[in-house]
Amino acid sequence: MVRRLFQAAAVLLLVTVITFALLRAIPGNVAAAVMGPNVYRDPAEIKLFDQTYGFNRPWYSQYLLWLGHLLQGNLGYSWNLNQSVAALLGQRILKTVVLVGISVVLAVIIAVPIGMLQAVRRNKFVDHFFNTFSTVFYAMPSFLLGLLLILVFAIKFPIFPAEAPQGATLGVIFSNFNAMILPIATLTLITLALFSRYMRSSVLDNLTEDYVRTAKAKGASEWRILIRHVLRNSLIPIVTLLGLSLPGILSGALITESVFNYPGMGLLFYQQAQRSDYPVLLGIVIVVALATVVGSLLADVAYAVLDPRVRYQKS
Amino acid sequence: MSILNVPPEPPDPSLPAEGLISGTADVAATVQAPEEAAVAAGLLPATKPRSAFVRGLEVFLENKLAVAGGVVIVVMVLFCSLGPLFYHGNTTVVNFANELLPPGGGHPLGTDGSGNDVLARLMTSGQISLEVGIAAAILATVIGVLWGSVAGYFGGILDAVMMRVVDAVLSIPVLFLALVIVAIVIPTEPILILVIAMTSWLTTSRLVRGEALSLRVREYVQAMRVMGGGSARAVLRHIAPNAIGTIVVNLSFQVADAIGLVVALSYLGLGIRSPEEDWGAMLSNGITYVADGYWWLIVPAGVCIVIVITAFIWIGEGLRDAVEVRLQRR
Repeated sequence: MVRRLFQAAAVLLLVTVITFALLRAIPGNVAAAVMGPNVYRDPAEIKLFDQTYGFNRPWYSQYLLWLGHLLQGNLGYSWNLNQSVAALLGQRILKTVVLVGISVVLAVIIAVPIGMLQAVRRNKFVDHFFNTFSTVFYAMPSFLLGLLLILVFAIKFPIFPAEAPQGATLGVIFSNFNAMILPIATLTLITLALFSRYMRSSVLDNLTEDYVRTAKAKGASEWRILIRHVLRNSLIPIVTLLGLSLPGILSGALITESVFNYPGMGLLFYQQAQRSDYPVLLGIVIVVALATVVGSLLADVAYAVLDPRVRYQKS
Repeated sequence: MSILNVPPEPPDPSLPAEGLISGTADVAATVQAPEEAAVAAGLLPATKPRSAFVRGLEVFLENKLAVAGGVVIVVMVLFCSLGPLFYHGNTTVVNFANELLPPGGGHPLGTDGSGNDVLARLMTSGQISLEVGIAAAILATVIGVLWGSVAGYFGGILDAVMMRVVDAVLSIPVLFLALVIVAIVIPTEPILILVIAMTSWLTTSRLVRGEALSLRVREYVQAMRVMGGGSARAVLRHIAPNAIGTIVVNLSFQVADAIGLVVALSYLGLGIRSPEEDWGAMLSNGITYVADGYWWLIVPAGVCIVIVITAFIWIGEGLRDAVEVRLQRR
């Protein structure tokens, strides 16, 4: 486990290197970007700026300076929104967490029975039906899915509002939960398409295990085998899946947020990508990568807790 | 399944990553292994020896969905590449006299908000979608295969470092990474191909590394080394070609994911710039009108995207079954 922690730290360090490389790849002069093109008339001004903020140092020195700021929680300063990136994220990140959290939980709850049903009725109609269903939802662009939901449930039959709850506080989500239904439904369907396939193959895997035969031989009913034995064992890989699919789900969240104008981290990222607000973009990339690395680390820990074999192997 | 991702441990090619489908269903395929292993081991007589390729092809052809997928792709490629030779429609000139005409008359699929013919645009946009998707997937596969086989073949520190790089890039969601890059450089078609390839070679490299770890200790590689063959030869002539099954299967899923990514970027307005457009751009332009009932602006492009991506997924699944057969013969 210590080794795993070292790996995670190394990965995070590499993420900062990649991010810094992207930062350096941005064309143009930082001084000019901050103070406007007029500054070119006064080279001394540029020199002063570079000296003050360390842009005259060699790249490795700049990297260390930047890394130092990062470790202190200083993610930089937005060029367009006149706020620090950390403050911007503070407002937005919880909203994304709520959206992603609810959708993922729902997706797991729905995917587990579907996946089991498919595995048990392998190559029967039900299996093919849900297989086609999940393939089509995987293939369908997620924004198209969101827009179709809006068309049907907000315009044709005006049951839910087409726009997600607005406002800076977290409370609006719960006071106006009706408006959350469509965004959550969209992200849940996208995630569901990923999970039910995985659940199906996980259950199929377990159905061929020896313990199933043993249980059958001892006269356990099919339901008992499924619920007591197969289900519990099939859920273990789902934990890993949750950790590993976090980047994919966050990509889905970005699209969902932009479709429903949901003021989360993804929408912020998208808006600032259009305006080339690099400090915000790179700050979010770092935060998201951190979330992914921590997520997969937690998944590994959970896996070790759930599956004693892994623990004993290690020690 | 070694979930704790420790480098020198036996490889686990089924570890899912961004393109989840490729990872997941590997597990399902192993279920049928026992009977076919019996055939391979000579316990059950095979009627006559056939080449692995022919057997793989037979299995592939038995999979109706995979064949259907193949047919769809061929038809789509012909439709987009040869279609414009037979059907001439206005795709570039703005003509407000003809805007938003419903399907029928001279325009089988109607016209869009600039008076362009939807069917004709569907063909030209399809060219870009397919070109970018396929080219990016191939490029990503080349990078991934080289990276993964070098890491797996040499092992040790180099492997650990190279795989941490993969982990690092993989921990940044594809869409976020692509958006940052596209915000820095304005995407033309070749740049877009490059960007998508740069963000999606990671799954391939993981899978190929897994294969390489098991291939490098095989007798024929050892024998070649004893005869004085170099590392480059081992990687290029032995490791990479022997992992071809995994590579081809993954390539098919890669194309599906790449097309999806192009579409997503176009929707966000950061894909290929107007007047060129792909299916995603058609879709996102049409969305402005759709609430007013102009369904023909999004349905054709939407259907094309879903069909093509589904077809590539089905092909990938069929290929995987076929490759499983080949693996039994080893």
